[in-house]
Amino acid sequence: MRKILVLVLTFALFSFASAKETVKLGLITPLTGDVKTFGESSRNSFLIAVEEYNKTGKYNIVPIIADDKNDPTEGTNAALKLITQDGVKGIIGPLTSKVAIPVSEIANSKKVPMITGTATNPKVTISDGKRKPYVFRACFIDPYQGKVAAQFALKDLKLKTAAVLYDVGNDYSKGLAEVFKENFSKGGQVVAFESYQKDDVDFSALITKVAAKKPDVIFLPDYYNKVALIAKQLRERGVKSVLMGGDGWDSPELIKIGGKAIVGGYFTNHYSPDRKDPVSEAFLKKYKEKHNAIPDALGVLAYDAAMIYLKALDQAKSSDPSEVMKVLTNLKNFKGVTGTIGFDKNGDAQKSAVILKLEENGAKYVTTVNP
Amino acid sequence: METLGYILQQFINGIQLGSVYALIALGYTMVYGVLRMINFAHGDVFMLGAFFGYYLITRMSLPIYLVFLLAMAGTALVAFIIEKLAYSPLRKKNAPKISLLITAVGVSLFIEYFFSLNALFTPNYIAFPRPFEVEPYDLNLFVITNVHILIFITTLISLSLLYLLIYRTRQGKAMRAVALDAEMAKLVGVDTEKIISLTFMLGGALAGLGGILYAIAYPQINVFMGIMPGIKSFIAAVLGGIGIIHGAVLGGFIIGISEVFVSAFLSSTLRDGFIFLILFVFLIVRPNGIFGKRIEKV
Amino acid sequence: MKLLLELRKEIVFSLLLYMLLKMIFINNLFSDYVEQVILYTIIIVLGSLGLNIIYGYTGQFSLGHAAFYGLGAYFSAFITKSFSIESSLMFIIVVFSGGFFSAFVAYLIGIPILKFKDDFLAIATLGFGILIRNILDNSDRFLETLGGSRGFVGIASLSDLETVFFVSIFLILMSKNIIQSRYGIFWMSIRDDETASSSVGINVSDMKLLAFVYGCFLAGVAGALYAHLYTFLHPSNFDFLKSVDFLVIVIVGGMGNISGTVVAGVFWILIIEGLRIMLPAHILEYRWVIIPIVLIIIMILKPYGLMVRKRAL
Repeated sequence: MRKILVLVLTFALFSFASAKETVKLGLITPLTGDVKTFGESSRNSFLIAVEEYNKTGKYNIVPIIADDKNDPTEGTNAALKLITQDGVKGIIGPLTSKVAIPVSEIANSKKVPMITGTATNPKVTISDGKRKPYVFRACFIDPYQGKVAAQFALKDLKLKTAAVLYDVGNDYSKGLAEVFKENFSKGGQVVAFESYQKDDVDFSALITKVAAKKPDVIFLPDYYNKVALIAKQLRERGVKSVLMGGDGWDSPELIKIGGKAIVGGYFTNHYSPDRKDPVSEAFLKKYKEKHNAIPDALGVLAYDAAMIYLKALDQAKSSDPSEVMKVLTNLKNFKGVTGTIGFDKNGDAQKSAVILKLEENGAKYVTTVNP
Repeated sequence: METLGYILQQFINGIQLGSVYALIALGYTMVYGVLRMINFAHGDVFMLGAFFGYYLITRMSLPIYLVFLLAMAGTALVAFIIEKLAYSPLRKKNAPKISLLITAVGVSLFIEYFFSLNALFTPNYIAFPRPFEVEPYDLNLFVITNVHILIFITTLISLSLLYLLIYRTRQGKAMRAVALDAEMAKLVGVDTEKIISLTFMLGGALAGLGGILYAIAYPQINVFMGIMPGIKSFIAAVLGGIGIIHGAVLGGFIIGISEVFVSAFLSSTLRDGFIFLILFVFLIVRPNGIFGKRIEKV
Repeated sequence: MKLLLELRKEIVFSLLLYMLLKMIFINNLFSDYVEQVILYTIIIVLGSLGLNIIYGYTGQFSLGHAAFYGLGAYFSAFITKSFSIESSLMFIIVVFSGGFFSAFVAYLIGIPILKFKDDFLAIATLGFGILIRNILDNSDRFLETLGGSRGFVGIASLSDLETVFFVSIFLILMSKNIIQSRYGIFWMSIRDDETASSSVGINVSDMKLLAFVYGCFLAGVAGALYAHLYTFLHPSNFDFLKSVDFLVIVIVGGMGNISGTVVAGVFWILIIEGLRIMLPAHILEYRWVIIPIVLIIIMILKPYGLMVRKRAL
């Protein structure tokens, strides 16, 4: 908190000193709650982006950060406050789809551009079949991610039967689960498709049900906390299936909590830090200097999302949100840390996915799948 | 698909869960028996048991039975403090029942939110470190783990000790007397205040034990983890007949097994709703519970 | 006509208040956010009034009030979304229908459970509240729009100053009128002593049901107004904690005291939301630590709530 206060004050001082117009940029991210490692890395990355931009950019950016606790109500409260009370001209985030979907409705109706780095559910940019013009995302969408995962399981791992366990209260989890099921069914058989609730800790009944069907692979499209818990309980009951998941797995906590149970699992992600690319390496170096760690993919995407907004801000005729939105709509070939990003007609980015495998000392790159 | 083995396995899962509910339900039923009040904060004492266990295991390396005993002592103390600070003053003032209930709600919320402060336990989910490795024993029809066995045995021992206490000691007799008729008990020389404190402490210790066992079985703790198990255990106590000890035990197992079976044969997401359906049906059809006396129609 | 005459003081006061608020809103003296908080306050006062009638006047301890608030919210939002309602007049009709829906469910539930005494009624209503929350969480299984535990998004923003203010004032004044009639007397008498009431010829079970149904009707209307103010619903907004919110307002304001409820409600919400604006996030987390302590202290010192009118013995 203090660091942010200092940064904000510093920027405020700068804005007095320089003649640059001040633009407030909001970040909505889960700093506490069940996915806080994602929130922390995205906040760090966001602040790096703002700091970099303020050195050479046209405007003076004042960052305002709000904690959504990975809860849709908190997120919408935060969005309302940021827009109507603080007067931000853009929002980066939210991180998770379940918060991003309601927030996107608000941002869109209040005509403030919103770029999420990581919310992958299609409903973020599209509502009832209609595109929300002010909402964009810097990552792929779950229909793509689920397809990649299913095809990897079918073709590369040559698995024939699958079970899916998902969180019914989470758009990300549910959406990804459904896409996986749809795609896996094309070449294999989904023998179980079961849901649980966020606060559940006792999965014994569910696991027994799934174990009885002896699936080759169990797909767990949820965040690292729950996945670790379920993986442990699965192995304790003697279930030997291969475990697979999505980008929600990308946290060092997964191995820390899940331990042996989760080793050997595969997951789809947005990019791998092993990528050789000057933009990527420059950012990773800066992050490492500041925070002594490698950021997870979700944090890095926050950086890309912020940089995209800031670039559009510079290119727009004024700092007015509607002008920035126009530039964003036509964005193509942005060289981000996670790859080259361009928004399609839905405001979604067309990007490749990578597959990572969990070994005892971390996630290792397996392969890239291009759209 | 519904082989015998599958059903037995779910049954074992249910007994595990039911044991924990039974332990918690005992606390509700004993306090109700003695004070005719619902101790809303009981579920949070359960939560504290899990957290005490967490700190004992991570900060000190003690043999497991010591962890249990210390945590139970801790929760017993907490229950004692709650009674003395929040409920006792109201009882002495002869306050209306409702204010006691509201106070209990207040205590419950306070415990949850106080411990959810970032300086203390934080509102996050914390992985509970089991003090031993889980070992499954594959019995062909179903798999039973050392965790299952630990829970069964610990519950059995606690229940036996409780029975001994209530039915074979003077204190126990005094408890039963106060439950039957507090005024009379006072007249024949029972120190009701002491008995009330003892009851709270016993209930608290059992809930604390339930908390650690639950955390060992489902190793993720969180300051709000006591809410649902607390409510379900209360329903269990009502099911069995509120105020009746063996009612609480039976109720606990019934609720635990039903919950698992609904999850297994219907859907996991319906299981909470189903438990409440059971509550309503019971309240309408047999409000005094399985072991309770039939109510006279007023 | 006699009604308008009796309530003329209140009506004049309300009109003046409306004009004041309208001036403030039109000139954008406060931000959008503050305006929303003001409307939210009015809505919560209405909802709390419902609980005051059920509990404060009639003595039935309900811990599930938020469920009826939620039912009104979801029902009305579903209708406006499905039928693409836009006009204010239609909206008001939908709002009242939200109230009627809640009232109907309250009627069905009330018949069996209102027989229970204090503790059991508390648990039964608490259980009902959780049951409704569970149903809302699973609502997308039978109606996709309701969103289940992912939330109900994209509700039309139809709650403006006029609709919220006039609907609420109308119902508050009407409630005042009902309470000052024989029904109010029956309710208070039941609260004080059920057996005695029954023996002087009051139909206790009917009156209890009436209080419950009417109180839940108010909650349903409040919920409907809320849904179209906030435009987003999530089952977690209607959980036990929300029921406690209403309860605290009723207790602090004094059971059986309408003006007390209004004052307590305004005070409560403005403090909570006002603090949210002014304080940095990490102080906010002390909110729900302090509230229960205050509640416990109030209970210990004044078991019947603050601002209780001294009743003649």
